[in-house]
Amino acid sequence: MAEYPRPLPLPTPETQHFWDGCKAGELRLQRCTDCTHTYFPPRPFCPACSSRKVEVFKASGKATLYSYIINHRPRPDFGDQPHSIAVVTLEEGPRMMTNIIECPQTPEALQLDMPLEVIFEKASEEISLPKFKPAPTPARK
Amino acid sequence: MKQKTVAVVGAAETTEMGKIPGTSQLMLHADAALNAMRDAGLTAKDIDGIATAGDSPVEIAQYLGITPTWVDGTSVGGCSFMLHVRHAAAAINEGLCNTVLITHAESGRSRVGARKFSRDPASQMGQFEVPYGVTTPPTMFTIPVLRYMKEVGVTEEDLAMVAVIQREWAAKNPRATFHDPISVDDVLNSKMIAWPFRILMCCLVTDGGGALILTSADRAKDFPQKPVYILGTGESCETPLISQMEDFTTSKAFRVSGKKAFAEAGITHKDVDHLMIYDAFAHLPLYGLEDLGFCGRGEAAAFIRERNTAPGGKLPLNTNGGGLSYMHSGMYGMYALQESVRQMRGIAPAQVPGAKISIAHGVGGMFAASGTIVFSNEKP
Repeated sequence: MAEYPRPLPLPTPETQHFWDGCKAGELRLQRCTDCTHTYFPPRPFCPACSSRKVEVFKASGKATLYSYIINHRPRPDFGDQPHSIAVVTLEEGPRMMTNIIECPQTPEALQLDMPLEVIFEKASEEISLPKFKPAPTPARK
Repeated sequence: MKQKTVAVVGAAETTEMGKIPGTSQLMLHADAALNAMRDAGLTAKDIDGIATAGDSPVEIAQYLGITPTWVDGTSVGGCSFMLHVRHAAAAINEGLCNTVLITHAESGRSRVGARKFSRDPASQMGQFEVPYGVTTPPTMFTIPVLRYMKEVGVTEEDLAMVAVIQREWAAKNPRATFHDPISVDDVLNSKMIAWPFRILMCCLVTDGGGALILTSADRAKDFPQKPVYILGTGESCETPLISQMEDFTTSKAFRVSGKKAFAEAGITHKDVDHLMIYDAFAHLPLYGLEDLGFCGRGEAAAFIRERNTAPGGKLPLNTNGGGLSYMHSGMYGMYALQESVRQMRGIAPAQVPGAKISIAHGVGGMFAASGTIVFSNEKP
């Protein structure tokens, strides 16, 4: 594949599981088995209670839009149109930065609290970036 | 901590500000330091404590010819100088040194001898933020504001009003970069940077620097300038990642730092005559007014709109014109401190008549860190 046009994450031993998950199409979070706190970014201990007893689990991939900007400064690596830089709240609680894709990059289309779901964008053989797209509207019963 | 025994006895900015392509960043430090030493009637031989941020205090000490017994390189962004003041006060009280020089300089616009800007792709930011397109502060510091606007009902017009009123202050300041009045419409029609932020809601990018000299209040009376006493100080930090800020509508670092400074000073909000809140972007004064407790949650926009912080208002705010209209070389906290000192000396271009207590509140990084200093021109 063509080289990705911007710097990619360089995993560390403490974050490798997260990036391995993205490569495998899974959004992986961590949870403390002592106090049940779920957290992100990855680290091998609980930031709420300092316990080292933590586990990795597969998150649902569901999220809502917490806040964002639409960047109008030149970023040729993102194309020639303004693009969103967003922070989403995952269903499990933690927040993460991402881009909202498969959606017009306009204030009208990007509504706070809109439901989203994860989609992985392959950037290299090793790195797939977790991005988010509008969740399909639930079918009416 | 005993805070009530230290004073600012020297304060100055660089001789020039704005575009200074003929001077390196290192020399801007020295220019500010030499001006502050002249202000205090001192030379490098009289300085035994050194602090700076971004650049190394070792290099500043060597370049100026200072042999310190106390060194502080705390570098947590633009509020680092507030932290230096706090640390210096503790150090002077503890007898680690007698006379501290704090410098800031940045060739922010001309980039002469300026640090290279890079982020390690293995850092937390390199892994979890940079891949999504964040680069410089306009694409990071701005991200929380839509959540704040939705939660408390603030509008784009409210953000614009912050810039409009600060321009009124800048008009009174001959050293400010911009003087011409602007309207809310002017701001809302200015170039889009990162929606909802227009260019007139973003700080300037300039060259410049500043320096402070601190010593014990007992010695301060022997210096040529009117001493400016430090009544209370605060500091804190939250996260290097804007995405991991606990609540996008309030800064934990602001709240912790501000509360500590008020408690140390033993003052209430009614006692404050003059206020500086680091305004890298137009939403910062809103967050600052609320997180420091001058306004209730969601009330800061109306407080500004009703001209409480404008010339003639009851709480003059960012009276030099702020980062939006005065200058911003990269780490603006030093200039907020300088304006507080000028106001306490009674020599500010837009002097607040009779002001006795001034607060300078700084932010570091993107809501990453904070420092708060309470000054007074009356000896505690």
